[in-house]
Amino acid sequence: MNAKTTIKPVRWVQKNLFNTPYNAVLTILCVWILWSISSSLFSWLGQSEWTVISENLRLFLVGRFPETQLWRMGAIVTIPILIASTLVVRRSQAWNFVLIPVGLGTIAWLANGGFGLPLIRSSLWGGLFLTLFAAAISTALAFPLGLLLALGRRSELPVIRGISTIYIELVRGLPLIGILFMAQVMLPLVVPFRLDRLLRAILGLTFFNAAYLAENIRSGLQSLPSGQSEAARSLGLNSIQTLRFIILPQALRLVTPAIVGQFISLFKDTSLLALFALFELTGIARSILSQPQFLGRNGEVYLFIGLIYWMFCFGLSQFSKRLEVRSS
Amino acid sequence: MTAIWRRKKNLEWVGQAIVLAIVVGLLVLFGHNLDQSLKRLGLRLGFKFLDSQAGFSVAESVISYDPSQPYSRVLLVGFLNSLKVIFSSLIAATIIGVVAGIARLSDNWLVRQMAKVYVEALRNLPLLLQLLFWYFVVFLALPKADNPIFFGFIQISRSGINLLGLALSPEFSSLFAGLTFYTGTFIAEIVRGSIKGVDRGQSEAARALGLSSGVTLRRVIFPQALRIMIPSLANQYLNLAKNSSLAIAIGYPDLYAISSTTFNQTGRAVEMMILISITYLAVSLTIAGLLNAYNSRMQRSSR
Amino acid sequence: MINTIKTETPILIANDVSKWFGKFQVLRNANLQVKAGEVVVIMGPSGSGKSTFIRTFNALEPYQEGRITIDGIPLTEDIQNIDQIRQNVGMVFQQFNLFPHLTVLENITLAPIQVRKFTKTQANEIALRLLDRVGILEQAQKYPGKLSGGQQQRVAIARALAMEPKIMLFDEPTSSLDPEMVREVLDVMRSLAKSGMTMLVVTHEVGFAREVADRVIFMDAGQVIEDTTPAEFFTQPKEARSKLFLSQIL
Ligand SMILES: Nc1ncnc2c1ncn2[C@@H]1O[C@H](COP(=O)(O)OP(=O)(O)OP(=O)(O)O)[C@@H](O)[C@H]1O
Ligand SMILES: [Mg+2]
Repeated sequence: MNAKTTIKPVRWVQKNLFNTPYNAVLTILCVWILWSISSSLFSWLGQSEWTVISENLRLFLVGRFPETQLWRMGAIVTIPILIASTLVVRRSQAWNFVLIPVGLGTIAWLANGGFGLPLIRSSLWGGLFLTLFAAAISTALAFPLGLLLALGRRSELPVIRGISTIYIELVRGLPLIGILFMAQVMLPLVVPFRLDRLLRAILGLTFFNAAYLAENIRSGLQSLPSGQSEAARSLGLNSIQTLRFIILPQALRLVTPAIVGQFISLFKDTSLLALFALFELTGIARSILSQPQFLGRNGEVYLFIGLIYWMFCFGLSQFSKRLEVRSS
Repeated sequence: MTAIWRRKKNLEWVGQAIVLAIVVGLLVLFGHNLDQSLKRLGLRLGFKFLDSQAGFSVAESVISYDPSQPYSRVLLVGFLNSLKVIFSSLIAATIIGVVAGIARLSDNWLVRQMAKVYVEALRNLPLLLQLLFWYFVVFLALPKADNPIFFGFIQISRSGINLLGLALSPEFSSLFAGLTFYTGTFIAEIVRGSIKGVDRGQSEAARALGLSSGVTLRRVIFPQALRIMIPSLANQYLNLAKNSSLAIAIGYPDLYAISSTTFNQTGRAVEMMILISITYLAVSLTIAGLLNAYNSRMQRSSR
Repeated sequence: MINTIKTETPILIANDVSKWFGKFQVLRNANLQVKAGEVVVIMGPSGSGKSTFIRTFNALEPYQEGRITIDGIPLTEDIQNIDQIRQNVGMVFQQFNLFPHLTVLENITLAPIQVRKFTKTQANEIALRLLDRVGILEQAQKYPGKLSGGQQQRVAIARALAMEPKIMLFDEPTSSLDPEMVREVLDVMRSLAKSGMTMLVVTHEVGFAREVADRVIFMDAGQVIEDTTPAEFFTQPKEARSKLFLSQIL
């Protein structure tokens, strides 16, 4: 018994690390790389100073949002959860059309203020909350647009197909930073009313994301056998009913992992808002780092927010992997 | 006779006409508003301003440039800087990605785990953050140029990378490293996926012929995997090209950064937007076209 | 053979129907008339246009020339007519085409509820009766993926019948079934024929054609080149191409 347990690790090492001379060399090389990375990491950790995190924790989480109004953030998070659970419990289609607009309206009210609530300037928004908010809202807005574009691109009608294709390919050919630039600079020139800086950024993310979502959804539509819509049409369902009861439920289920993937990508992309004077996680990090007392604490700050980003993205990617396994 | 409004073709045309009218209407409305806004700002559309003196200096350039030269020249400088970083990191990312992808399927446990940690760690972090990290935490914390770290014949210091006399700025080096290691994770996943996608029977057959595992990988598996991975690879190259525009965050003067400066100096939003769009679309289309051509040649030769 | 003595106007009339896929002409002046209650089997070599022909009858394929009239309604570009004809014509496919995300019961009740505006209870009642009729009542709550091919095809038949069509189209309903399941599907079709349903069946099942069909249509290269009784078709075909075809399948 004892002999076995001491032998086992040795055998394992032999089998998995030193089974051939070539592998032995690789193993030694890896150990050397690991050693040099960890030694410089430890020497850095020795001189690191973490007060920059602990003192600014609130900024990292919610930015400069007024403390007395934090409950509004809570409400903004709760509303979608409430709506989602209501829709799951009461699976009636009619509720979709009532609850979702009402919910979005309430969120907009809570976010902006007015009608009895104090106004909150968007420059006070920030931190992880803004990152999540921007990603979630622009996904929610981009989804219907992406769906329309996907259907449009598969349409038999040349004009509709053409418009959708041009939109999708134009947007996908441009870097996000360019789209955000247009949203910041061009939108105010082409719409007659004032749009808030944060709102412009969210619109930019939405227009960008819609093109990618459209391609995801289109791949789902494409992978359905044509027999499905033929069967539906032969039963007398019209094209909208066919879409709603037959095509979309199947296509969307198929592409859920891809949509989660797209959300992860969008979640990472929200960091670009930092380049447009907004204070989401990356933006607030840069603004903290520009304060004299925290100068040079780049490593600590970037590692900390990196960890936050990583946990969300990794968690979501594991989730999407599970979905993929389950759906296959 | 069927009523006109009940004919399928007619309804389709009406539908399309309505959609077209809405889109055109929106564009006209935007155009009108734009016109008004530009009048208010006292600007007139046109690319004449490209001929006037740029007046700002650029930290690095592939071609000769000084601030007395016109905007068109400085934008060209930016474009060439973009191309430089795109193509160099495209090659490096491919190498890293292929190595990491194969490493993830290695029979050496440690190699497999390290590749996995690399992929899972960097893939799930925003590229922008990684760029800031490379620049502010890695390069700016390195020893000064007179006391560099040596990796063989590569010298690394606060002033960037010195490769046998080829000096690369810390901005370029950070952008290069960031793009390479970030894109490398995606390429690794593609490589791994397509190697696994090649029929297992293929490697068994090769082994049965007595080929070594290295030869099997190089001559049997990889060529077949290559064909599967080309479309996704093309996508990653396109992403890399677009992502290079994050250069502005660390002060590397690429096309977008210089366009942004130009915009700030001239207020020419529309013109710059058009220029940026056309250029990136052209780069995207070029990469897509090259890979398509390569792909169709591969496909033809496989038959 | 009571059904063959029919004098009223045909329920389905196809006059000189021509259709092109791009430059390729699939149907060349194809003609067919079917009276209410008739069972017509369509045979012909692969690629002769059989599927395309019957798919035009519920507007799954548009046609470019000729006229099709079903139950007095001309099948034209008129969307209202198309909707009406689709409700009058049921179709069963070679690949079943059941909706995998809906249960057997939901597969059957979807169209009655959405198109005919039946209540859920009414639709369920109809569906259960039909499932009983095709002999798989106990599978009502299962998803199609859990059923055998023969069971799936019987569900597909029940699904089409739930819309109470006047004509049923079958496109090789047994061709993708394992041999042991062909019979259960043919039995259902046989009893359907006995009940007086007008049926158009593309099939290679000679036994079924001999026993159930009132007429056999032979198609080749997009044309109907023979239209006769099964007895005559299988014993003394007139056309050389029919002879060749029969020599290959018999
Ligand atoms: N969507 C399409 N586009 C172009 N050609 C088509 C299409 N569908 C069918 N065809 C062609 O039309 C011809 C007739 O096809 P159809 O499916 O009607 O034949 P079929 O008699 O049903 O044959 P089978 O016994 O193989 O089912 C074939 O040559 C086929 O290749
Ligand atoms: Mg067929």
